[in-house]
Amino acid sequence: MIIQALAFYVFAAVAVASGVMVVTSRNPVHSVLFLILAFFNAAGLFVLLGAEFLAMTLVIVYVGAVAVLFLFVVMMLDINFVALRQGFMRYLGIGAAIGLVLLAELLLVVGSWAFAPKARQMADSPIKAPDEITNAAALGRIIYTDHIYLFQASGLVLLVAMVGAIVLTLRDRAGVRRQRVGDQIARRREDVIEIRKLPANGVNSGGAGE
Amino acid sequence: MIPMLPKATLALPEIILAVTAMALMMVGAFRKQDATRTCLWLGILGLVAAAWALVVVTGPRAVTFHGQFVSDYFSLFMKLLVLLGSALTLVMSQDYLEREKMARFEYPVLVVFATLGMLMMVSANDLIALYIGIELQSLSLYVVAAFKRDEVRSTEAGLKYFVLGALSSGMLLYGCSLIYGFTGTTNFDLLAKTFAGQGAAQPSIGMVVGIVFLLAGLAFKVSAVPFHMWTPDVYEGAPTPVTAFFAVAPKIAAIALFTRAMTGPFGPLLAQWQQIVVFVSLASMILGALAAISQTNIKRLMAYSSIGHVGYALVGLAAGTPSGVRGVMIYMATYLFMNVGAFACILAMKRDGKMVEDIQDLAGLARSQPKIAYALAIFLFSMVGLPPLAGFFGKLFVFLAAIEAGLYFLSIVGMLASVIGAFYYIRIIKVMFMDEPARPFDLPSAPVSAVMGLSAVVTLFFFAACWPIFAAAQAAAKALQIG
Repeated sequence: MIIQALAFYVFAAVAVASGVMVVTSRNPVHSVLFLILAFFNAAGLFVLLGAEFLAMTLVIVYVGAVAVLFLFVVMMLDINFVALRQGFMRYLGIGAAIGLVLLAELLLVVGSWAFAPKARQMADSPIKAPDEITNAAALGRIIYTDHIYLFQASGLVLLVAMVGAIVLTLRDRAGVRRQRVGDQIARRREDVIEIRKLPANGVNSGGAGE
Repeated sequence: MIPMLPKATLALPEIILAVTAMALMMVGAFRKQDATRTCLWLGILGLVAAAWALVVVTGPRAVTFHGQFVSDYFSLFMKLLVLLGSALTLVMSQDYLEREKMARFEYPVLVVFATLGMLMMVSANDLIALYIGIELQSLSLYVVAAFKRDEVRSTEAGLKYFVLGALSSGMLLYGCSLIYGFTGTTNFDLLAKTFAGQGAAQPSIGMVVGIVFLLAGLAFKVSAVPFHMWTPDVYEGAPTPVTAFFAVAPKIAAIALFTRAMTGPFGPLLAQWQQIVVFVSLASMILGALAAISQTNIKRLMAYSSIGHVGYALVGLAAGTPSGVRGVMIYMATYLFMNVGAFACILAMKRDGKMVEDIQDLAGLARSQPKIAYALAIFLFSMVGLPPLAGFFGKLFVFLAAIEAGLYFLSIVGMLASVIGAFYYIRIIKVMFMDEPARPFDLPSAPVSAVMGLSAVVTLFFFAACWPIFAAAQAAAKALQIG
């Protein structure tokens, strides 16, 4: 138990600290790297909660894809981050006010929150305790059965997004050299190599090509 | 516990469309020349096959996929309209795509995907299914709006639609999350049971806020006032066949979704949402009538006209009764034909191979090309609501339902708006029949003329074949009420 509590505090502290660093560090590349650190620690917190599938997804999707995408954007686009930060003091007052309002609302919600007494029986897909079934198995059972309609439809939405991106941006330009695997494999030695006899003169009269 | 796969036969039309779209992508990728034309006609074939499957599998109300998908006579009626609208607009677009050098095979693929999203919207029986259906439809529509990617107006239309659409999706989701938070379910049947169980007790304020946000999101999708701002710009900027598509199929699907959501799960809360729908409907009718008067571009004019039509359709929904729902369905059926026909006429407006879009370009059309002029006159008179054309029956049934429900003010203002609206429709007819002829248009292509002729015949002789449609709408409206 004590190890768990210790792990929780380590993960939480590092996550919060790296979150602060994301916002405050001057170099945007450092910000993205701290963001990745924050993701890793959040994944650790998920493991402590028994949600190992979410932890894996967080690492694979957010660290593996989204954060790398951020890095590309930060490094390839010429965004002046110093200019973006100007006016920080000007908006500090209104920002702090909104933050305080949100905090007050959050406290009110936490203060008055209660689960409906029948909430557990009303759950759409009751799931067994984490030590009886793994996350992946539990998710798989409902995603591919009860929710297969939504799952497949979401897949179609992603397919449309891909088609749309290609339609709107891909241009056929003339003079682009493409790799044609079929042609490469079909090449024979005789088609491309020509053996010529060179007259033996002078330099290496040892007889090349004899 | 052995996991069981849900019964999928009820969704056969959707499955056919999904498979068609994916197969079309293969055809397009592997076929080099005239892939667009092949894909276009295969896409139409897929839509027809889906319509056939729809008629075969649909019976009395049944739910499947864990209660997320519903199939009943209401969905049958609306889905047939959607499929017909998509197929007709695809037929019309072939010639335009080739002429304007935007013939890429992705166009039919995206239209089929959008149609699939619309069918899912019509059959949604769950807030999540509703959202995913809307997204699948909208995402495809954003892309086809910007399909002419080298033209600034088209890309601007796509971007505008995308940004505002994302905003409205956010509102819709916020509403859904509040509703889920206050009821603990996203399923329409369970929601209906929850609200019915409350009896006359007031729903909590958070619940009402949730419904208002849901309504705002849906109003954006049907382009009802005050969420209509995107419509004229998008209609004007998008390529004309795409505008024709926008004006018909997505509107029908969104109105169907609106009707199902309001009369089904939120039916017991009629008192809460009725005043909102009444306001939205009033504002749409008035704005549609007044703002269209000063338009000179015919596509912009059609945009305001469609805002007005949505207002009339919502009159039926505001009544909140089965006869109101019947009115909405008949209105959308007539709307389909007159709008497809009007856009076929707009697609025929080309001179020396170039599209023209000004109302003044129609001058003297009755003398230079009487067939187009008479067809357009039929569609415009039908939009005015002149008996015995199709549009008259649509208006008749929604206003009858509103009067039955005691919404006298709404009905009177609606009829006045209809009279004001008649002014700008009849102005076009005056330009066509009385002004000095401008240079004649090029001859329309065969598919466009065919669609124009078909729509004109249906609009003109709607009264002869209307009883089966009324009976079908009646049965469908009754089926919806079980909710």
